[in-house]
Amino acid sequence: MTDALPLVGGGLAIAGVLLVLLGAIGVLRFPDVYTRIHAASITDTGGASLMILGLCLIAGLSPITLKLVIAWAFIMVTCPAAAHALANAAFSSGHSPWIGSFRIMRESDEQAAVQTGPQTGPQTGPKKPGPKKPGLQKQ
Amino acid sequence: MLLLAAAAGLMIAMAMMIVRAILGPSHYDRILAANSFGAKTVLLIAVIGFVFGRPAFLDIAISYALINFVTTIALMKFFRYRSLEAPLTPPEPRGIGEAGGD
Amino acid sequence: MSGAISFLDANLAIDLALLAMLVVLAAAIAMTRKLLAAILLMGVYSLVSAVWLVVMDAPDVAFTEAVVGAGVSTIVLLGAILLTRAEAEKTGWGRLIAPALIAVATGALLVYAALDLPSFGDPTSPANAYVGRTYLEVASRDTGAANVVTAVLASYRGFDTLGETTVIFAAGVGVALALGFGERAAPASRLMAGATGDHNVVLRVAAKLLIPIIALFAFYVQFHGDLGPGGGFQAGVILAVAVILHALVFGLRETMTAVKPSFARGVAALGVLLYSGIGVVCIVNGGGFLDYGHLFTAEIEAQIPPGLLGDPGATHHWGQHFGIFFIELGVLFTVAATMVTIFYGFAGRSPGGEAKL
Repeated sequence: MTDALPLVGGGLAIAGVLLVLLGAIGVLRFPDVYTRIHAASITDTGGASLMILGLCLIAGLSPITLKLVIAWAFIMVTCPAAAHALANAAFSSGHSPWIGSFRIMRESDEQAAVQTGPQTGPQTGPKKPGPKKPGLQKQ
Repeated sequence: MLLLAAAAGLMIAMAMMIVRAILGPSHYDRILAANSFGAKTVLLIAVIGFVFGRPAFLDIAISYALINFVTTIALMKFFRYRSLEAPLTPPEPRGIGEAGGD
Repeated sequence: MSGAISFLDANLAIDLALLAMLVVLAAAIAMTRKLLAAILLMGVYSLVSAVWLVVMDAPDVAFTEAVVGAGVSTIVLLGAILLTRAEAEKTGWGRLIAPALIAVATGALLVYAALDLPSFGDPTSPANAYVGRTYLEVASRDTGAANVVTAVLASYRGFDTLGETTVIFAAGVGVALALGFGERAAPASRLMAGATGDHNVVLRVAAKLLIPIIALFAFYVQFHGDLGPGGGFQAGVILAVAVILHALVFGLRETMTAVKPSFARGVAALGVLLYSGIGVVCIVNGGGFLDYGHLFTAEIEAQIPPGLLGDPGATHHWGQHFGIFFIELGVLFTVAATMVTIFYGFAGRSPGGEAKL
């Protein structure tokens, strides 16, 4: 059983690398910033988790495994947060997506608000893209 | 060896990220490519450490995982807000007795 | 032997792939006119260099390259192009002919000279056979540091490291004199124009979580430098990155109330003072400058408990241990405070405002 652990660990590492490669292909082929952020962040985090799990199996029980778990924790915190910050920055600067545009989104939201009437209490349903910000001009 | 194949795969992915960093029509693509490249480098350093049998490389990987985040935030902040010094979050409300203000 | 051959081929393949990436990146950096892209690609270039240094089995240098080249250097360069323009001017091809010829001639001369160098890792080459091998044999015995790089930097060549630390301090002083101390930063209540509400709550929580961890990791790298890759330089840069993260997320004003610019300058000077102070103490006690054997007088050395490092039976060179400890601390202070001062200087001078790119 313990002889197979390095092999299983190597297999998990290869699986992680395949995930990372799929994400890289996605970043190259997707048409838009938002879709690319989606591809890159999900596959980076997931691939890193699989690879670090594989390396932990290879290393066995030792301080190296502790360091690998620490690295995993840092990657799990920073990669999604960076992707969120990037997408937030792109959105709030008015970078229009490939499908649709901010204008269309805002018109449909205004129509939805007119149809349902003024609402009190917590908003449910599709989230509007935030209050009308003075910096968000029509592109 | 399996880990060498993993390292080769990671380097192919890194090369693809370089292509995206050079091509990417908007700057957000480039910042994304740099961030993703950094994450892949962290994994590559860890794998190379295992291939060479030197677990001390994990220190490099951990520190770069942290620094990659800060560099991405700096690049994003520079490009989006054209400033490195204004805050990204509103200031927290201060207590009654605390000295506050600017 | 097929296993060894495939390993060597894999090493060569990795080296060639990394070099190809470096060439492509260098070409892209030279040809792009958008400076933000150029800075980003330079960060990626530093990162590929760090990976290459890892492949060449030089973890200390790779550590420094990764944290400085791809971390602080990128951020400081961003601060620099905040004060200037973000697009380079277009240069005609005619103006590039003379520099290109000079570059090609110099490169050809360097390649011609490099053909005579001994092969990489050759144990009989003069660099590795005399001084290098001697260091490897006696370093950990003489100095008590298991990391030979730290032993050479901090003990055998401690004077050079003092020079490096002083140069870093001088750079910080120069930047502070040229760009000011960051007192012109905007007040904390002034957010970006158009950023109402707390859009960046994820970033704030992540930053609050990570800043103490980064600082703690910097101290781990500092004290682990005797045993593994690390030491004062890398730890100083990582500590500065923690302060920079705070400034990026919470605003420079907030950071300057926590780490005052005067405090940063004082700590930088304290680092150099500590380093040279150790040297002077060695002189006072009868040795040469930075001669750690004379760091402690005999009666002080007799009072150090022998079990301090956990092995009462072995003989310890207490002067070496404490000398290296204190000068690495001095390097940490100077490097961290200088990077923070440089960041304050660049970032504190920018006008701020909406993105105009």
